[in-house]
Amino acid sequence: MTLPFIVFFVCAILAVVGALTLILAREPIHSALALVLVMVSLAVLYLLLGAEFIAAVQIIVYAGAVMVLFVFVIMLLNAGVEERTDYSKLAKYAGLPLGIFLLLALAYWMFDSFIGKQIANGVGGTNASVSTRELSAQLFQKYLFPFEATSILILIAILGALVLAKKDE
Amino acid sequence: MDFITQHPVLVVSLAKIVGLMFVLMTTLAYLSWFERKVIAHIQSRWGPYYVGAHGLLQPLADGVKFLFKEDLTPPGADRFVYILAPVLALTLAMTTLALIPFGPPSVQWLGESTLIVADSSIGLMFVFAITSMGVYGVALAGWSSNSKYPLLGGLRSSAQMISYEVSLTLAVVGVVLLSGTLNFNEMIAHQGGNFWHWNIFYVGHGSFPQIVGFLCYFMSAVAETNRAPFDLPEGETELVGGFHTEYSSFKFAMFFMAEYANMITVSCLATILFFGGWLSPFPESWTFMRYLPPVGLLALAVYLAYDTVVLARGIARIQLIVVTTGALVIGLACLHPVVLAIIQGPFWFLLKVGLIMFFYVWTRATLPRLRYDQLMSFGWKFLLPVSLANLVITALVKVWPLLVNHG
Repeated sequence: MTLPFIVFFVCAILAVVGALTLILAREPIHSALALVLVMVSLAVLYLLLGAEFIAAVQIIVYAGAVMVLFVFVIMLLNAGVEERTDYSKLAKYAGLPLGIFLLLALAYWMFDSFIGKQIANGVGGTNASVSTRELSAQLFQKYLFPFEATSILILIAILGALVLAKKDE
Repeated sequence: MDFITQHPVLVVSLAKIVGLMFVLMTTLAYLSWFERKVIAHIQSRWGPYYVGAHGLLQPLADGVKFLFKEDLTPPGADRFVYILAPVLALTLAMTTLALIPFGPPSVQWLGESTLIVADSSIGLMFVFAITSMGVYGVALAGWSSNSKYPLLGGLRSSAQMISYEVSLTLAVVGVVLLSGTLNFNEMIAHQGGNFWHWNIFYVGHGSFPQIVGFLCYFMSAVAETNRAPFDLPEGETELVGGFHTEYSSFKFAMFFMAEYANMITVSCLATILFFGGWLSPFPESWTFMRYLPPVGLLALAVYLAYDTVVLARGIARIQLIVVTTGALVIGLACLHPVVLAIIQGPFWFLLKVGLIMFFYVWTRATLPRLRYDQLMSFGWKFLLPVSLANLVITALVKVWPLLVNHG
């Protein structure tokens, strides 16, 4: 048992527990916090795989910005405890088998494919971490057009939000 | 011994963490003394005076008081989140300091650099990642208290911290552009030379002085750490105590410590980014400046000895004798060449951090609190455009030589 191995299992279990809490918790804030737990555990997993930059960005964007806004809105609206309707019959009978099927399909893919095997054996990650400089070189040279296109898309989304919010006046 | 040589990283890291925690806890306690004393003197008062000489034992008394107070949980509070909030606030605030280099990486023990806990290649990103989580402590404290003032305080501070985080980050990007790295030690090495080579002053080839960047950074940082004049989340005149109204005993102390830890982090970051981190402000050729730390400590010891003889009475005198001997011993130890070489980096770093902390306290003692709408419009309509303009100008100055050469 090496240290990365232990960290991997701790974080993986935390991520699963967080995901389960997210679905099962009735208080919206608890669900949001569980999602933060999932995000942070995933960030640690990225770190184990040698992707430092992605890990930091994962925390900054998801845990630090998106989820803070979620929590903020939940607090602002003072959202009460979730009310449960009668569960859908379809979900009750089809959900579990389909979920297990998905799990098995993923496991089979991991078992069978070349990349899957690499990933499965690579617990603890590759030691060669991708430097931020290489990442930015890829982003700003090879993939410049998609990158700029995405940023324009985000800009349009921001303007759209502004227009929608200003409508009432 | 076998274990130590086999696991150098683990052992050294643990030793560093324990050492940092010990120093940090003491500093946090004495920062409250420092702040009260400075504000008192600015306002022509004495500040802490009776507990020990110069009130030096006041933090200890405060700590004991916090521990023995009744720990109340308001009825209807969400117990789990209510306890989680201060723990989260303090843990996150202290974790950030693991990434701060207190001295050059050349100071090593068992092949590991000693004066930084985690030398990450993207230290700056991780500091921002951890501080961006800091909002949760405040927001959750406000929400879980089941009381209207904390809720309002929590809401306010979430909005404030989200708003000012934008200009805080943008103000720093200029420095990242100049040094071309996200690693703290490389950033500091980039500013090598004399004090005019620091990022805040340096006017040179493809470099734009970051003085505007620093001012934007500092103002956003004050708002980000919820300190006066931006301390609206607490705002005792309107919100009683803001997000920590319902907290008592040690949980309150944890918020208090988290605030100070955040101040330290922000000051350390300012030192690294704009003031050359652990570099000495003087040129290398001035070798006599290396003796400044021991000489300073010995001068302090002399002053304290004078103080002991003339001013202090009773138990305070015994305490002063202990402090004087401490300063004397450490000062003499620093004269040893090995210690002298190690002490250089941390000395300048801590001196700069201390000056910025003083500036922090100074603003608190001087400026009145802003109104909430003023705070928001200041952040979005002034700080954000100015830091953006600073970023654009820095980028232009940086690429200007390239453009000229191509044209």
